[in-house]
Formats: sequence, C-alpha cells, structure tokens
Amino acid sequence: MRPWALNLLLSLAVVALAAAGLLLGETPLSHAQLAQAFADPASGAHEVLFAIRLPRTAAALVVGAALGLAGAVMQGLLRNPLADPGVLGVSGGAGLGAALAISLGLVGSAGAIEGAALAAALAVGALLTWLAARFREPETLILFGVAFSAFLGALTSLVFNFSASPVTLAEVFAWLLGSVANRDWADIGRELPALIIGGGLCAYAARGLVMLTLGEEAAALSGLPMTRLRAAAVAGASLLTGASVAMAGIVGFVGLAAPHLVRAGAGGDPGRILVPSALAGAVLLAAADIAARLIPTDQELKLGVVTALFGAPLFALIAWRAARSWRG
Amino acid sequence: MSALALVGATVRRGARAVLTRVSLAVEPGQVVGVVGPNGAGKTTLLRAALGLAHLSEGRAELAGREVSGLSDPERARLAAYLPQERHLGWNMTAWRIASLGAFDKPPALARERALAALARVGLADLADRGVLEMSGGERARVLLARLLVAEAPLLVADEPAAGLDPDAQLLALDLLREEAARGAAVVLTLHDLALAARTCDRVVVLAHGSVAADGPPVEALSSAILAQAFDLDGSWHETAAGPVLVSRRQRS
Repeated sequence: MRPWALNLLLSLAVVALAAAGLLLGETPLSHAQLAQAFADPASGAHEVLFAIRLPRTAAALVVGAALGLAGAVMQGLLRNPLADPGVLGVSGGAGLGAALAISLGLVGSAGAIEGAALAAALAVGALLTWLAARFREPETLILFGVAFSAFLGALTSLVFNFSASPVTLAEVFAWLLGSVANRDWADIGRELPALIIGGGLCAYAARGLVMLTLGEEAAALSGLPMTRLRAAAVAGASLLTGASVAMAGIVGFVGLAAPHLVRAGAGGDPGRILVPSALAGAVLLAAADIAARLIPTDQELKLGVVTALFGAPLFALIAWRAARSWRG
Repeated sequence: MSALALVGATVRRGARAVLTRVSLAVEPGQVVGVVGPNGAGKTTLLRAALGLAHLSEGRAELAGREVSGLSDPERARLAAYLPQERHLGWNMTAWRIASLGAFDKPPALARERALAALARVGLADLADRGVLEMSGGERARVLLARLLVAEAPLLVADEPAAGLDPDAQLLALDLLREEAARGAAVVLTLHDLALAARTCDRVVVLAHGSVAADGPPVEALSSAILAQAFDLDGSWHETAAGPVLVSRRQRS
C-alpha cells in the first residue's frame, strides 16, 4: 500500500469512529431524538451528544493519537519493536504524580491531579532528555528507563502503603486504570500545549529516527545533528505520553501496537511511520472506548483494561505475522 | 593537505590504553589499509580519526581541521564512514538506505545517486527490496553503496570485505580504488593480508595499539613484521596476479 493511501484509509476510519463515538452509548437515542439534538440546543439529547459524547470521543482520539505517535518515536529512537511510550518510565512518573495528588486530597480542585501527573512526567522526561544527549547507545537509555520505571513504581506503592483511607486507594486505582469518561473540553484544552509542542518535537526528530536505522555510529557521522534530534525525540515522546496519561490515566498497548499495525504500509521507514501511527492510535483508542461503553457490565469497563484485554492478543497476532520479516 | 591525520593519538578504555601515540596521515588519492590481529586497535584508530573516540592525548584532524571543532554537517562533508556493525533497524528499501548517504541533498538527487551506487555494487535489480529480506552479503553491499553515495573526499571503511563472497570482495575493493582514482582518500581495515597487498598503496600494521610498520604493502608486511605482529611465519611470492602470501602459524 502507498503511504498516502494508508493515511487516507486511516483518516476515514478516524472519521467513522468519531461518528460512531457520537451515536453509540449507554443511552440509546432514537432518530427523532438525534434530529432534536441538532435542532434544539436546550434538549437533553443535545446535552448527551455535545457535552458528554463529543468531548469524550475527542479525548479518546487525541490520547490515542498521542500514544501512537509517542510509541512510534520510541521504537524508532531505540531501534526496538518492543518499545512503547511507557518503556522509559514517563508513564510511571505521571502515575506517581497523580497518586500523590489524590492521596494529598486534591481530588476536588479542577486539574490538580492532571497537573501533578503532567509535571511528574515532564520531570522524568527532562531527566531522560539529558541522558539521551549524554549517552549514544539505545541500550543505555533502556536500562535507565527500566530503573526509573521500577523506582517510580516503588514510590507509587509507597503512596498506597501509607494511604490510610480505602477511598483514596480506590480513587488512585480507578485513575491508574485509565478512562476518558466525563472528560470535558477544559480537560482537553489543558493538555493541548504539551501535545502540540510534543508533536512538533517528534516531527522535527523524524529525520534523525530514519538515520538511526543505520545504527548509532553511522548516524553520528551522517551529518545530522543527532544529539539534538535524539533529545528532541525523547522530549517530544515524553510530553505526549505525560499529557495523555494526565488526560486519561494509564492506557497500555496502544502505543506499542499502533506502529506495528502500520509498519509494513509505511515501508518500514521510522520517519514515515509517525503520521499513520498517530492515526492508528486514534482509531484503536476510540474503538476501545466505544467497546468500554457498549459492553454491558455493572461498572463501566475502564479504558486501560479494555485496551490490554483486546490489545494483548491483537499484538501477539501482529508479532506472529511480523516475526518472519524481522528475522530477515 | 592530508585528508586525515592523527598526531600522537592515545585512546584509553578505563586504565588500559587501546591506542598509544599513533601518528598517521592519509593523502587524497591514496588507499591506506590498516591491518593487525584482533584487538590491535584498528577500529579504535578509525573511530579516533573521525572524532567518535575520545583522545586522552594527541590530535585528530580532517582536512587540516581539528575534528572535535567540526560541526556535524562539516564533518560529514569531509568524511563518510562505513562502520563494522551492519545491523539495520528496520526493513527499509535498499535505495532508501543507500540514499541516506546524501543527507544534505534534495530527495530526487539522493535517489538518483542511490540508484547509481546500487548499480555499481551490483544490486540494481534489488533497489526496491527491503534490506531485512536480503542476505547478509547483499545488505553489506547496500551499506557500501551508502558510503559511495556521500561522494566524500575521505572514505573510511571498517572491514568492507567482511561477509562478502570472493567476487564481491574484489568488487568492493575495486570500487574503493575507483574512489581513490577520482581523488578521494580511502582508509580501510582488512584481515586478508593478500587482499590488502593487492588493494592498498600503503599498509599500516597495528600491534597492541601502536604502529608496528607503515609503508608499501610488501615492505610493511615483511617476514619480521609478520612474525612480530601476527605470530606468522610468512613470505611473499610475486605472481602474475600480484603478490601472494604463503604463511603458517609460528611454532611456539
């Protein structure tokens, strides 16, 4: 498939899922109610469609795109098909920030948890960016990432450990499982600057990711400012991951699986894969959110649970099919 | 002016010196082979000359300019490098990989040069094939094509013959000689001493991180040096196809 055809196909899927995200939900709407929703801004149907479902669907698309893009950048940077936005500990940092904010009783203040999550993710991202500029080998960065993830996970467990109230525990847990339910435009708007800057940095880093296909040493002498491009890739992916965790909690597998879904279509090129990965991420997460709404359960399924539940087998299937081409 | 110069270069890894006060100058149009047993410091010498390994003493210069003071694009315009490591991350097509040698050229020109270089290495038919679907030798030739695409005044190739069949080895080294004929300086490491004697204008023998000999191949690879640096009993015999080395392991 040509890259433009792949992007067109994925864009159509995004539009279709956006429409489905508006029309499908726990409250079924009749044709008459739908017509009313568009005609009468004061109607209940209008409220459901434009104040609840539209921002929720938008949040799912935005978070999915950010995770898909961050995953593609991480895989290109680390030359590793197993890398995902969480591999370097940025999600772990965001999770810790949110857990701290919740246990400090900041649940009531608007944006406090999201702000704490983003700030913690950015702190980890800044540290990683500095390390990426100092050390050239991807293995080094992965080892630091594993150390960060473990340490931040331990700190989050410590928050659980010292948390006196079971209510707080339940809240932290619910947040960590991931969701885009009840998101409004303000929630999306708050993360928009981080998403735009992160996306811009990733676009800037794209040519460096392509050069890294040759290996670190060849790339270092390729003529591109690799130190700067690598730092931009880490900073960009961290911003995207931090902002999406702040908006929707921890949602696994989208960032890992989205690049694999489109890799063959992008000709294996780690630069050309960025846009289709973002689109595929949006498609995956919007579909997962619709599934979370429609699967009849007493408690609504959390998004992170759905993506892992469906994402892991899907990922195994992709890995099975891709294994042949990796071996070469 | 020398295309590449090392002056008293010492490289340490921890407390151990991997390269000790090595001095070497390579002129445009010259093909210089760096030979030596495993662990002699051949790759480190190339990396030091290109600014990839930190010098604890001495200087490395490209075209008369200290390499550490060059910007990334300046350095790439002065030297192109084929590392020993041939692992490719993703299954991009051969021509895309080859075109990465021309980082500062418009895409159409980079593609044109990549296709021409792939034809030179004998892979014109495989330009659109994914590199991870190729054999190791074909992949090595794609990377050689990327080196040629740069059209740099200095080509540095670490083991350009490794993993190639005998015909492709001769082809690869002939292509590097062609580059020298157009005026480029060429530095390469080789394990096959007869191939080095056939290809190089000059051979530098490294042993334990120091230069043991430097000169025309058959002189630099004298019986004394073969014994000292390689632990070989060897001698050269002139044939119509060039000098041939007959050698056996020294009895200890």
